[in-house]
Amino acid sequence: MTQAEIKLCSLLLQEHFGEIVEKIGVHLIRTGSQPLRAIAHDTGTSLDQVKKALCVLIQHNLVIYQVHKRGVVEYEAQCSRVLRMLRYPRYIYTAKTLYSDTGELIVEELLLNGKMTMSAVVKKVADRLTETMEDGKTMDYAEVSNTFVRLADTHFVQRCPWVPATENSDPGPPPPAPILVISEKDMYLVPKLSLIGKGKRRRSSDEDAAGEPKAKRPKHSTDNKEPIPDDGIYWQANLDRFHQHFRDQAIVSAVANRMDQIFRSLPVGYNISKQVLDQYLTLLADDPLEFVGKSGDSGGGMYVINLHKALGSLATATLESVVQERFGSRCARIFRLVLQKKHLEQKQVEDFAMIPAKEAKDMLYKMLSGNFISLQEIPKTPDHAPSRTFYLYTVNILSAARMLLHRCYKSIANLIERRQFETKENKRLLEKSQRVEAIIASMQATGAEEAQLQEIEEMITAPERQQLETLKRNVNKLDASEIQVDETIFLLESYIESTMKRQ
Amino acid sequence: MASRGGGRGRGRGQLTFNMEAVGIGKGDALPPPTLQPSPLFPPLEFRPVPLPSGEEGEYVLALKQELRGAMRQLPYFIRPAVPKRDWRRLPRELKIRVRKLQKERTTILIPKRPPKNTEDKEETIQKLETLEKKEEEVTSEEDEEKEEEEEKEEEEEEEYDEEHEEETDYIMSYFDNGEDFGGDSDDNMDEAIY
Repeated sequence: MTQAEIKLCSLLLQEHFGEIVEKIGVHLIRTGSQPLRAIAHDTGTSLDQVKKALCVLIQHNLVIYQVHKRGVVEYEAQCSRVLRMLRYPRYIYTAKTLYSDTGELIVEELLLNGKMTMSAVVKKVADRLTETMEDGKTMDYAEVSNTFVRLADTHFVQRCPWVPATENSDPGPPPPAPILVISEKDMYLVPKLSLIGKGKRRRSSDEDAAGEPKAKRPKHSTDNKEPIPDDGIYWQANLDRFHQHFRDQAIVSAVANRMDQIFRSLPVGYNISKQVLDQYLTLLADDPLEFVGKSGDSGGGMYVINLHKALGSLATATLESVVQERFGSRCARIFRLVLQKKHLEQKQVEDFAMIPAKEAKDMLYKMLSGNFISLQEIPKTPDHAPSRTFYLYTVNILSAARMLLHRCYKSIANLIERRQFETKENKRLLEKSQRVEAIIASMQATGAEEAQLQEIEEMITAPERQQLETLKRNVNKLDASEIQVDETIFLLESYIESTMKRQ
Repeated sequence: MASRGGGRGRGRGQLTFNMEAVGIGKGDALPPPTLQPSPLFPPLEFRPVPLPSGEEGEYVLALKQELRGAMRQLPYFIRPAVPKRDWRRLPRELKIRVRKLQKERTTILIPKRPPKNTEDKEETIQKLETLEKKEEEVTSEEDEEKEEEEEKEEEEEEEYDEEHEEETDYIMSYFDNGEDFGGDSDDNMDEAIY
């Protein structure tokens, strides 16, 4: 794990789980697999705190455990899984587009809680949806269940590894940690539950079925006594499946853009006939993007989507775009040139790009020191004498992608730190504004006059309002940038992973 | 070694590669030497591309910020514990009311704070309007609290303190002594380690 990744993990853990969990998590990421006592000793944290932190991390699928010889349990952190926390909003939004609000909330609850039983999810989501509905309306458990089943069927949620059912009761002592099992065929099996009920609002003024007393008592005290029907069957969001969806989306939209270009340069009738479809497919197959390949002529031609090539093209396009935005369009032209021709000498670059030598040199060196381009030596003689060696500029896509990915991690870490800094700088003002809002809200609830509300609002002066506006704008920008960079991370990681698998 | 000492005298100024091949001709002015590390914020040559806006962008942004807030409220967010102080030796007025949560915890982990907020705001108004009464309230509640702490078994209502009332600069959660999460972690352990 690079320092940049560890730094980013540290920021994410600290923002979402607090400093103690961050300390333990980062320690495990750095040192690898460790038993409980070693963690406590090395981090100087009390055993209690370490236990709490590990529970949280395991609950959220960020740390796994393994029983080693002599009954020692070792804990291991999953750095890449921690980085996925950046993508949570995207997963939730995708669920919304595919399965609307119900799906959105199901995935959100699963991500916020790490693992949950189906009955717990259904209940929680029904309650939340009921809150947003009109007075008197409630969300039925059955509807939420249906959406849950659909999510399971399409593999967007999956079962967590479970405790194997022991046939014979072991006479010996129980193992220090259970060995959880998981089987492919049961991973999406939804338990047969008959969840009957409706969501409940938090406001005690509504009629509840059970006639529960006011909100001061814990909400679920009555439910504690009922046995949970699917106890021990936990579900989690299946991130890989979402990634598959993102990848498909990226490819489809890239092709759609391409199709637009082709569209414009062809006379097209309004009905797509088989002939025209053929033409399109041939065009796609011949397209230098190489997304679609033709493999064989059976059945009029078999077309195949070349995923690896597609990902490669997307990664390359990303690199091109970065060069363009960072160094300018002339640099980008040189970059595309070297990409296309694979290897070029200094002189050739100047000639093909039609850029004067001095400028071309400057641009090439800028890209070289940024590691977008590399120099390859081709010796002419066995003694590798410099005067008799070709020096060719080339783009090594894999290593450039890795370099850019590393940069992305650093960027996001910077963005998060800056956001935290901005928030801290304005802490006093933020707290003041929150208090004022709270006062106004409660005064409105108890029916205050316009004049009184006005008075309270004026507690925040005009320049302070300005400051708050600026702060909000900046924080939004930083947040939006984080989301944007994560999209680039996704593309680059997908490409790198796909390349490594083929080796 | 002989060769190292020799390298300094002979063949000085020779590079391992041919300069011309890389494009630096003889007699070309080299760029000025760098005397300091590159600036922290190097000047931007080109303006960055605008961020995506529109419904999807706005929605995902709002989601992100909500999630961040939500996760801070969940029980998974562990705050550092405050060192235990010996209250026998310190003036009573320094003691801040510690938020006591209901000992009864359910297996379903839900955000604890939202139900309290309404109580929160009402308390705030009341306290803002009756300053004198507040001081009495505080001391009497402190007395109450001392008794309750000694008993250690009561299930109380939640009491949430606004920072400004006690005129401290610390966020109230600073004074959590971690016992709030005792019950939770037991539950957690049941679920995580089957």
